Amino acid sequence: MEIIVCLKQVVDPELPARDFAIDPVTRRQVREGRPLVISTYDENALEVGLQLKDRLGGKVTALTLGPAATSGDAIRLALAMGADQAVVVDDPQAPVRLGAAKARLLAAAVRRLGRFDLVLCGCESADWVERVVGPLLAEALQAACVTFVSRIEQVNGTLLVRRLADEGFHLVEVRPPAVLAVTSDESNRPRLPKVKDIMTARRKPVHTWPVEEVASQAGMEGPLEVEVREVTLPERTARCEFLSGDPGEQAAALAQRLRELKLL
Amino acid sequence: MGGVCIVATALEGTLARTSLELVGGARALQPLGLQTSAALLGHGPGLAGAVAELHRHGVGIVYRCHHPLLSAGQSDAVLVALQPVVARAQPQVLLVAADTVGREVAPRLAARLRAALATECVQVGAADGAIVARRQVYGGRALATLVVRDYPAVLSVKPHALDVPTAAPVEGRMEDVEVSIDAEALPARVRQVLREQAELGLEEAQVVIGGGRGLGGPEGFALLRELAQLMGGAVGASRPPTDAGWVPASWQIGQTGKTIRPALYIAVGISGATQHIAGVSGSRTIVAINRDPEAPIFSVAHLGIVGDYREVVPALIARVKELKGV
Repeated sequence: MEIIVCLKQVVDPELPARDFAIDPVTRRQVREGRPLVISTYDENALEVGLQLKDRLGGKVTALTLGPAATSGDAIRLALAMGADQAVVVDDPQAPVRLGAAKARLLAAAVRRLGRFDLVLCGCESADWVERVVGPLLAEALQAACVTFVSRIEQVNGTLLVRRLADEGFHLVEVRPPAVLAVTSDESNRPRLPKVKDIMTARRKPVHTWPVEEVASQAGMEGPLEVEVREVTLPERTARCEFLSGDPGEQAAALAQRLRELKLL
Repeated sequence: MGGVCIVATALEGTLARTSLELVGGARALQPLGLQTSAALLGHGPGLAGAVAELHRHGVGIVYRCHHPLLSAGQSDAVLVALQPVVARAQPQVLLVAADTVGREVAPRLAARLRAALATECVQVGAADGAIVARRQVYGGRALATLVVRDYPAVLSVKPHALDVPTAAPVEGRMEDVEVSIDAEALPARVRQVLREQAELGLEEAQVVIGGGRGLGGPEGFALLRELAQLMGGAVGASRPPTDAGWVPASWQIGQTGKTIRPALYIAVGISGATQHIAGVSGSRTIVAINRDPEAPIFSVAHLGIVGDYREVVPALIARVKELKGV
């Protein structure tokens, strides 16, 4: 099975609040000096892809769109986890692009890679949470689309996927080629590479494609972009009142306060 | 022709609450001078009631799409059904609920229509002749304001972010739209729906007790359930317990899970990752119980208890029982 996994590098979402800042010009989070990590659910997508390869054979390609200068750690981790090769679409502008523009470039990169059975990505990015890249890739690649997928089984040439839904789960039958956006699950916790894997990863191929080359093949498909007028930090007005004493006293004080607030 | 078209669903015959929230969104766009219509998707005899409900809330034309495949989770069928509605109504704006189906349909619809796209909006409105939408970004740490000037535009709205508007009855009309769906041609098709509900709908509950990694295991949720039952509330969880399989994934509260706005939210053993806070910040009163006084959850909580939940929660249960005389 030919699997392409899209990985995005973001500022660590668990960054302490004091280090979080918005750049007034780009209207995006300041990245300089902040730790970068693979976006939360993208690592789950990679794990799902690697498990499929372990079971069914084939090849996993890690694809990332971002400034090549800072994409090294994400690529090395993906290769150490077990991806066979990596492609970096070198795009210094990527951190300020919205999902629609990103999906257009990723779709062009997937087409350049050639044949695929599955494209996997995270169900949302840890930063802008637009949840559009998977569905837009599916449209651009004319592939089936399911989002919030946690598990994938192959049954008689089709795929049976488990989708997290409002009311529980859906089992969805999908005909490849498909784009699946993956959510986290107990079954897809990202594996930790061993030292041997890290050594082996150094010999795996990494291709760097300039974004202009990819963009020139991107075609005109996709939605129109919207303007980001401002990004503001909400004022936190809540000031926590701590209830003291031993657990019995704390509980009594809480019950009393809830009663005063007519919540009990 | 033109106007705002909401994508309303009555997949099992009853109009979804989120559809009425979208009517509220359409009303907020009225300064643009756009009429409101609805594509009503579903099946079953209850559809007529859903049409009436939409008229009662001020929706003029309802395009009724009736097909058995317009049932839970069939995104590809929804895309097929919307095609003739869009051709007939030619809406400038399409409003979609960002639920299981909507979050797959909205971007794909935008791609097909070459429309402008804004997803997961928590506010929609109009200013200076353009659509202005707001959405949470960076795990709820910031709020982005988007301006949409191009038509057509597709906007998806986060469930429970908008209120259901008051009734404003109109003499509406209903048009049946012929929907032809070839089940075999759908690239992705729901074969089975596995229901997994909190005892009381998390999103509707006025009291929600949430448990996190700090509970240490699935057993801790039994205590939370006891407290929730006592207070007439529901139990939810942050991401780590659902990832670990301690509780069903449908219990997850947060940006990826459910957004809640109860009168009271009690977070137990939840450190308060931004993704979680994004889903609970609309709660009227937030109480945090955590061993770590530095836990970020205390920065959004109104009342805080630093302590071991294994001691605090049983004491609280006992106290609530006393006060309630049970």
